[in-house]
Amino acid sequence: MKAIVNIFLKEGVLDPQGKAIHHALDAMNFEGVEDVRMGKQIVLKLTSTSRDDALQEVEKMAEDILANTVIEDYTIELI
Amino acid sequence: MSSVAVIQFPGTNCDLDTKYAFEKLGCDTTVVWHKETKLPENTNLVVIAGGFSYGDYLRSGAIAQFSPIMKAIVAYAKDGGKVLGICNGFQILTEVGLLPGALKRNIGLHFISKYQTLKVVNNSNEFLQKCDKDEILNIPIAHADGNYYIDEEGYKKLEENSQILVRYCNERGERAVVNGSVTSIAGICNIEKNVFGLMPHPERAIEDILGSIDGVKMLEGLVA
Repeated sequence: MKAIVNIFLKEGVLDPQGKAIHHALDAMNFEGVEDVRMGKQIVLKLTSTSRDDALQEVEKMAEDILANTVIEDYTIELI
Repeated sequence: MSSVAVIQFPGTNCDLDTKYAFEKLGCDTTVVWHKETKLPENTNLVVIAGGFSYGDYLRSGAIAQFSPIMKAIVAYAKDGGKVLGICNGFQILTEVGLLPGALKRNIGLHFISKYQTLKVVNNSNEFLQKCDKDEILNIPIAHADGNYYIDEEGYKKLEENSQILVRYCNERGERAVVNGSVTSIAGICNIEKNVFGLMPHPERAIEDILGSIDGVKMLEGLVA
């Protein structure tokens, strides 16, 4: 089983990298982009066979180290 | 004589400058490797030096917070011991939760390395006791992730408890936007005023030949 953890700056926390990408897209004449947020993705290959256990474990990882919850939100997807 | 422990992680690069600075102030200074589980006996001050611990992987300071020595440092701080985090050290102290808030990528995305004027906001603490309130100091900065963030509620607490140490300012002492920090904050302390963190490098401003000696009166306060 794999867990995909997506980490983004919280809504309301200014994302300077997203802003710079947005600016570049504008400069390249790509129209219709309202907002850009940049994040990171961490893919974990797990030994667990229980989805519930895996989710619980990965949530703890995200809270403890993968994300800094002062400024970041995360989502977890199991596949 | 004060005994200072300077912490070294893989990727720390200001450990020897920091050691040199505190030795110049007459301190007995030891560089402590992050794998150690104990601080040297009779340590009067712990300094987490600047650099790029673990290559800034994941987030600046994120991995270093789990090094063995950090447990000893957290216990030392909770017991009232003095801890100073400079630059990457500041980032590590926020990650481990000894200081509130977090440090994000600079607003302009660039690594900024230059002399920067700072205004002393509060000197009712040991670190800045030798500085005057509103004094303007000239201290080098060198960072990519120095954009201090804290939510509104947290900011109010910093203000109420006089925890803001220094702000980036221009030569006239007016707040300057350097890296996007909330209200131009460059350094803070905890409520108990025994844990200090700042992005600027006082250890790099200790001799005239370096361009400023303003770092001396900052560091002196902690080892007086």
